[in-house]
Amino acid sequence: MSKTVPLKTEFIKGLWKENPVIASLLGLCPTLAVTNAAMNGLAMGLATTFVLVMSSLMISALRKVIPHQVRIAGFIVIIATFVTVADRFLAAFFPEISATLGPYIPLIVVNCLILGRQEAFSSRNGIGRSLVDSFGMGLGFIFVLVALGSVREVLGSGSIFGITVMGDWFNPWMIMILPPGAFLTLGLMIALANWYNDWRATS
Amino acid sequence: MSYFLLFFSAAIVNNFVLSYFLGICPFVGVSKKVSSAVSMGMAVTFVMLITAVVTWLIYHLLLVPFEVEILEYVSFILVIASLVQLVEMFIRKVSKPLYDTLGIYLPLITTNCAILGLALFSVLRDYGFIESVVFGLGAGAGFTLALVIMAGIREELELAPVPKYFQGAGITMIVAGALALAFMGFAGMI
Repeated sequence: MSKTVPLKTEFIKGLWKENPVIASLLGLCPTLAVTNAAMNGLAMGLATTFVLVMSSLMISALRKVIPHQVRIAGFIVIIATFVTVADRFLAAFFPEISATLGPYIPLIVVNCLILGRQEAFSSRNGIGRSLVDSFGMGLGFIFVLVALGSVREVLGSGSIFGITVMGDWFNPWMIMILPPGAFLTLGLMIALANWYNDWRATS
Repeated sequence: MSYFLLFFSAAIVNNFVLSYFLGICPFVGVSKKVSSAVSMGMAVTFVMLITAVVTWLIYHLLLVPFEVEILEYVSFILVIASLVQLVEMFIRKVSKPLYDTLGIYLPLITTNCAILGLALFSVLRDYGFIESVVFGLGAGAGFTLALVIMAGIREELELAPVPKYFQGAGITMIVAGALALAFMGFAGMI
């Protein structure tokens, strides 16, 4: 594969240029579902990154052992195993977060972002490179989730990470923490990202 | 009566796509034309129905008696993946026209979170066998409904003057937001 790409580029690309959510629209279900507060977004991002990094590690190490025909099934079993680990861990140490996120933690199994990275990257590259790639993608995912969660929490409940930032004068926009707010905020964020990329390219 | 309520709740009030955000990927990816949206919706409903039956049986007849509920996620996703494969093979053998309509959408269904979500919700809410099946049917109908409405709007959008930076994914999200807003009108009915 393209061994000439420096590791730094491999890491940076996940943050913005090939950001899983903004640029590739992967992993939208958890992105929209759990970002009604910044904290939930962060927890979800961390759990997903854990699963992504561990699966990448495992799959890049086993990439020559897994038969090509059954690779997808193999990937899914590995991913599901790490999701079970993450789910049990959260339930044991952070029961509140686990209860809030509910079925969206097990749903990390079918997060297309994770399977997509395994198929497109980890199954073709070495361990080190796959780790760097998955860390970059994970960070990019956390970034979007926290940004989305912060915007929705500030506008919808007048607080950020549970700390009130808006004064008494502020009338919370209930809609922002309800489902429509998720779609609208993400739509605006994508438009903003398009505008920013365009502005960077022209100036 | 309660079965009707369950169906109605899964299809409209707590629509899988617009209030649980399940199955967003096909919702964004396969909603450009009404005809393909209908096919995709049918394929998903079909797989949901079978998944509801099979995962219920596996959970209550295998995982619970042997006390290995921890294998829930691994076994569910494996079962769904192989079910989708089986359904694809079956349809190809039995009906060629049906395969041509649904064929290309079937492999995509494995990673549709709505399917796994359905299985997980059934376990979480402790549904009985018939309840799970009705829930699966309702969720499938709701998914189809949302997908078809979205496809209808997007067909119209092709002629609309969308602002430059909103073109593509941006406007799709905004439209989905407006749809979710409309569906919120049903909240509180049940």
